Amino acid sequence: MTFQENFEPVILGFLCNWCSYASADLAGVSRMQYPPNVKIIRVMCSARVDPTIVLEAFIQGLDGVMVLGCHLGTCHYMTGNYYTEKRMKTTKNVLKNVGLSPERLLVDWVSAAEGERFATLVREFTEKVRKLGPLGKETDMEIEQLKTRLTAAKEALAQERIRWLVGRERELVEDKNVFGEKVSQEEFDQLMFQTIEKDFAKRRILLSMGEDALSVREIAQTMGASPREVLRNMVSLERAGLVSVVGIEGNSPKYRRTGGS
Amino acid sequence: MNEVRVGVFVCHCGTNIGGFLDVPGLAKYALSLSNVVFAKDNQYTCSEAGLTEIKNAIDEKKLNRVVVASCTPRTHEPLFRSTCKDAGLNPYLFQFANIRDQCSWVHMQDRDRATEKAKALIRMGVARAVLLEPLEETEVEVNPCALVIGGGITGMTCALSLANRGFEVKLIENEDRLGGTLNSLYKLYPTHEEASRLVQEKTKEVEKNPKIEVLTSSEVKEVEGFVGNYDVTVRQGEKERLFKVGVIIVATGAETLKPVGMYGYDGKTFVTQLELERMLKERRLNADTVVIIQCVGSRNEKRAYCSKVCCLTALKNAMLIKEANPNAQVFVLYRDMVTQGTKYEDYYGKARETGITFIKYSPERQPVVENKSVRIYDELLGEELSLPYDLVVLSTPMVAHNDSTDLAQKLKVPVDENGFFLEAHVKLRPVDFATDGIYVCGCAHWPANVSESISQAYGAASRASIPMSVGHVKTEPLIPVVDEDECSGCGLCELTCPFKAIQVEETEKGRKAKVIAASCKGCGACGAGCPQRAITMRHFTNEQLVAQVIALAEVTP
Repeated sequence: MTFQENFEPVILGFLCNWCSYASADLAGVSRMQYPPNVKIIRVMCSARVDPTIVLEAFIQGLDGVMVLGCHLGTCHYMTGNYYTEKRMKTTKNVLKNVGLSPERLLVDWVSAAEGERFATLVREFTEKVRKLGPLGKETDMEIEQLKTRLTAAKEALAQERIRWLVGRERELVEDKNVFGEKVSQEEFDQLMFQTIEKDFAKRRILLSMGEDALSVREIAQTMGASPREVLRNMVSLERAGLVSVVGIEGNSPKYRRTGGS
Repeated sequence: MNEVRVGVFVCHCGTNIGGFLDVPGLAKYALSLSNVVFAKDNQYTCSEAGLTEIKNAIDEKKLNRVVVASCTPRTHEPLFRSTCKDAGLNPYLFQFANIRDQCSWVHMQDRDRATEKAKALIRMGVARAVLLEPLEETEVEVNPCALVIGGGITGMTCALSLANRGFEVKLIENEDRLGGTLNSLYKLYPTHEEASRLVQEKTKEVEKNPKIEVLTSSEVKEVEGFVGNYDVTVRQGEKERLFKVGVIIVATGAETLKPVGMYGYDGKTFVTQLELERMLKERRLNADTVVIIQCVGSRNEKRAYCSKVCCLTALKNAMLIKEANPNAQVFVLYRDMVTQGTKYEDYYGKARETGITFIKYSPERQPVVENKSVRIYDELLGEELSLPYDLVVLSTPMVAHNDSTDLAQKLKVPVDENGFFLEAHVKLRPVDFATDGIYVCGCAHWPANVSESISQAYGAASRASIPMSVGHVKTEPLIPVVDEDECSGCGLCELTCPFKAIQVEETEKGRKAKVIAASCKGCGACGAGCPQRAITMRHFTNEQLVAQVIALAEVTP
């Protein structure tokens, strides 16, 4: 991909009504000057930010996203930002899988009294994204390929298993489960890592299949993945009722999507 | 008539916006956006003239969405919403674009780029406005009955104040009698009236009040429900009783730290202020030389706070020792004498006049208790002194009850790092909790003296009587809506919600999440995490947010 000179990043900020949005207002009242690259969407709580919407922002071609909430422990809704923290951590990991720098997503905490801190975060993040360059500069992908991968990632983040794990992380890692066991952070991260990888791969397969009937080898070729890996995911997709064998050509079965999500 | 007709009003805010952005240009740009049928710039959109223009345009241009591009929704959204309402438009069809606090004021040096940013903000606002839906506030009845937890001076005052307004009160006390901490005190500063008299009077008043039911030796076992409709199970010995109340007031007080392992504390020669009070009360004080040490176990790494009442307590007890035994020598070793407030500075002066010796020490050179004397470095004198003693009194701080966290969990309200109950806002909502219908007063919140506790009790009673007097509360229309066909009943939303405003229930279709509108605060945390994506957050729907994202990504023509 080639990029223009004098790149001005387009950045989206999700700010919570009670702390970070108020800090942005305070920065304004105090006439603190910062670059105009960040445009803000107000949400009541940073925990309203569904990871799929962050992915949507990148699919739309935005160069960076910042999600700012109240400081941990001071959430207006008591625990909202703890969920934000976990969800955005997972979102960053998904961005890594896509091939993007996770630094394009900034997650931080600003109190209503910290106008200067808000202005500083905007200045620093704008500079960081400027250095990273336009979306996808860190990869050698064409824009269409990147968007397909981002779409697969967004669909993966809409999947039950990942969302369930993210929602339970605090409970599983910090408290004990019903059997009195505690999962270590390492174990949890490992499990999460595998889940993201699997779901992301499956979504990529489904997206690359489109409406066609394709063999494993053909799918592997378009995706640039190994046939063995595709086959493994194909079996599990078939079991989930998302693809089915529609015929056999030579020795290889042809698969087609069977609706569902 | 389903056509979406958006009106955009761009405010100059005098020169606050007009001086830094091309405001007429913004209005012209707004008119070019799809669904926008009217756009105008105003000197001050929030002025009477500006508001009238909005109302007229809603009427004449048949607007069914209004976008104001000006300051911040945090201050002006209520005004513009009510303007829309006055003109017959549902107030939730109003949308703000913040082009002052988050644009003109922070990009004063770059008119062109700031104007471009304002265009994007207006574009995003319009995109969202198009998808807004009318919402209605609903009402929930409030049970005119209060539960006061704690029968000390604070709880009794609060209960009486509520009962005198005509509300039923259930007063729950842990101990077997009313009175709380005052039962252990002798005389109160600065008037030196007897604590027991105050307790007796209040107790009598409470007991003869037909509106108040007192339950001693009782504790709260379980709390369910929401503002106006709490179901509280109270355990009294073997018995359990269920009360249906509209509001709950926490007046559980605090306790005094027992300085086990500090300065040779033994409850005999080394006692706390509370133990000294008892000795004075029972007239069995037998000491000619008394050393009082302040800040024992407080203002240190483990307990950083100042307990605020101990300095005046020490002054009072020192004077009472002198009163009982004029020949007694009393030394008060202090770090800082905290005596702010009406009359208290005079009270300190009076204590000095009685011949009490005050010695300032620093936390780096703490008093050392030896066999027959206390060794202390006098900061002001610059010398080390050795004070003999018959009795050493340790001024320890008030600390939260051990079970305060337990009660907090039952009520679903927060406590601070020291276990004291945490109010909704330190300045603006000092006796409210963030959860509606629950209030706090007295030492449960923070160390307070009797007059402060009483003031707070009146405050909490007054706040608590608002929903009960009105008789109903408005519920937030910004609530999640569950798609029951998609919901799998997994319960993750229930786990996520700290307000218990979404709960899984058995329905005809199986286990499904149900929203309790009166408890919901509208944060949206449940929906953004729902594994089935079965929850739609009203007014902040995925479609609305994504529309804003897409509008941002569009390039300005």
